Amino acid sequence: MTTDALASSNPGTEPSPPSGSDAGRPKVTRVVSSKITLGRRVKNIWDSRELLRNLISTEIKVKYKGSVLGLLWSMVAPAMTLVIFWFVFGVVLRNGIPNFVIFLFSGLLFWNFFQLGVQTATGIIVARSGIVKKVAFPREILALACVGTAGVFLFFQTIVLVIFMVVLGASPDWPMVPLLFVTIFGVALISSALGIALSAINVYLRDMSHLIEVILTAWFWACPIVYSYASSIAPHLHHQFLKILYLLNPMTPVVLTSQRVIYATTYIHLTTGKHPGQQILPTWSSGTFILMNLGIVAFGLILMVIALIIFGRLEGNFAEEL
Amino acid sequence: MAETAVSIQQVTKHFRLYHERGTSLKERFVKAGKSRYDELWALDDVSLDIEEGQTIGILGHNGSGKSTLLKCICGVLQPTSGQVVVRGTLAGLLELGAGFQPELSGRDNIYLNGSMLGLGKAEIDKVFDDIVRFSELEQFIDNQVKFYSSGMYVRLGFAVAVNVQPDILVIDEVLAVGDERFQRKCMDKIREFQEMGKTIIFVTQAAEQVRQICDKTMVLNKGKILTVGTPGHSIRIFRENLLEGGEGPGAAIVPGTADGEEIDRTIDFVPKEDDRPIRINNVTLDYPDKENVAYLKSGDPVSIHIGYDAEREVEDVVFSLTISDPRGETLLSTNTEYLKSHYDVAAGPGAFVFRFPTWPLLDGQYQVSVGIQNRHGGLVYDWKEDVVGIEVLYDGQAGGMLNLPIEASMATNSSQSKESA
Repeated sequence: MTTDALASSNPGTEPSPPSGSDAGRPKVTRVVSSKITLGRRVKNIWDSRELLRNLISTEIKVKYKGSVLGLLWSMVAPAMTLVIFWFVFGVVLRNGIPNFVIFLFSGLLFWNFFQLGVQTATGIIVARSGIVKKVAFPREILALACVGTAGVFLFFQTIVLVIFMVVLGASPDWPMVPLLFVTIFGVALISSALGIALSAINVYLRDMSHLIEVILTAWFWACPIVYSYASSIAPHLHHQFLKILYLLNPMTPVVLTSQRVIYATTYIHLTTGKHPGQQILPTWSSGTFILMNLGIVAFGLILMVIALIIFGRLEGNFAEEL
Repeated sequence: MAETAVSIQQVTKHFRLYHERGTSLKERFVKAGKSRYDELWALDDVSLDIEEGQTIGILGHNGSGKSTLLKCICGVLQPTSGQVVVRGTLAGLLELGAGFQPELSGRDNIYLNGSMLGLGKAEIDKVFDDIVRFSELEQFIDNQVKFYSSGMYVRLGFAVAVNVQPDILVIDEVLAVGDERFQRKCMDKIREFQEMGKTIIFVTQAAEQVRQICDKTMVLNKGKILTVGTPGHSIRIFRENLLEGGEGPGAAIVPGTADGEEIDRTIDFVPKEDDRPIRINNVTLDYPDKENVAYLKSGDPVSIHIGYDAEREVEDVVFSLTISDPRGETLLSTNTEYLKSHYDVAAGPGAFVFRFPTWPLLDGQYQVSVGIQNRHGGLVYDWKEDVVGIEVLYDGQAGGMLNLPIEASMATNSSQSKESA
């Protein structure tokens, strides 16, 4: 039996999960107060992981219930984007990137994950005001479930990508594939942090969800997804300062990593004509990519702490604002 | 001494009630600092320790802060200052079926709702059958919840909440839903919870329910604790507070007294302080051999004397009487209006008597509540809750509660042959 009635000052106590058998099961102590420590906040979220899992599966089941193609729909919209970009940039504008579909897909994959997560999470507290006002659970879970749902779609889109690669005979840079899991983790952290913070802000400023849509559209073009960083952007960034500014966008290194691992072709030699060839991806070493991804994760963690603090500040008045 | 299950420590909750609130970016900036609002102290420094295994009733009128307090206990609201420490798992029934996803089947919703109450999949698997059985939805458990009737919805919600075996159950006036049979089932489940030594926090405006199930009762008024004590004591304070303040929910809406209109006699209609021309002074019992014994023999006559003081002459007065059993269930509720007698009261002291020629109840302590009200509109001049107890002793042998006149004999031959035919 834990006897720490004032466990708020001691978030490290290890409450055992309820065991179902009633006799002598350790009692979990919970404190309801406007001052909850960050550690306790994180622990509460961790304790609700089962709910997170259920919310994600609910979201997916509900979304495609009664639709004939079911989950296939989750691939139709991204596939359409892919086809349009491929047609405009690859066929009409002839950007000269070989296997442009794979290039495009490798960047879009992570962008879609990020964008879907942030966008749905922003409106989620308002959308679910019914349960927010009536049921107690860590509200951050709602935003996390949005990112989790986006993660499920990421998984399905990856399957499509693999099919494309097999059909087109493209192969990734196998030794670097494990790095993608670090990237995914980093993106999940960043989008969760943004989602958590924005979902709370949206309760007070309802047009945040419209605003974020506009911001995300601009953000998309700031990432080298439909154009090549090495051939289209890098040559124009004359100052080191500008280069750093461009790379400060956390989604840029994400997209670059994804392209480096999945697309893998850094340089093409043109056998015909006097053209010296074309640089498509930066020729950074794999060590640089590893460091870059660790940087993304670190950035995500910092962002997450800030988001949880913001959320904690705003959460207290949810019930009266909704 | 039992350990504390819920400790409410100096909880204060402060609301801003905005007259008109802009939630768009533009409105926020344009109207920054201009929004008009009223301050509302929904809870003002409320402290209470609830021991493990206790059943606590929270009584209060609309707007007394009882629901806010409950939300703070559940963790749906955060107090402005102070804190609530909850030891053990807590299931809050603030709204039955809150969090149900209409598109999903009953089965999926049980898992979703269970995890909202903090259970893992394996634990829900274990109680799943109990939940389905309790909700009586065996046939429909794989149907989408959106096709459920409201009764089915509520049944499933209650079934999940009570079967996930929380240490603490929090109920907010939800028992008023569902059909009578299911309500009884819910009450049985609550009693079962009590026997298992679980803590129950129960919020209501219905004093009767509090009397039936609570060990201890807190009365809230305008965010402050009025009293904490036994249900009988608290209910008295609660009702008397209605009289004193004259600001009960009914006071503001005293119905028109046009003749011929149906007269509503709920005791919540309370006059203002200065409009109480009659007060009850004392209530006493009279029964045979009163001087020597402190109890009434079952079957003997008993009289209930209501002594009152009238400031002035009052017409159309109704005296009312309620008798409740040891568990708090109302056995009899009557008044002189129902008894078809009509009284005007003269100024000065007086007394009124209700007399039972025979007392038809078996052993037990029965509580008597009396009131004086106006015949029109049910204005209550005074009301005394549980003012005297009638201790009854039955010198024969019988079980149950009623002492009905009874004759026992062998049946005649003719009727016997009829039966066997």
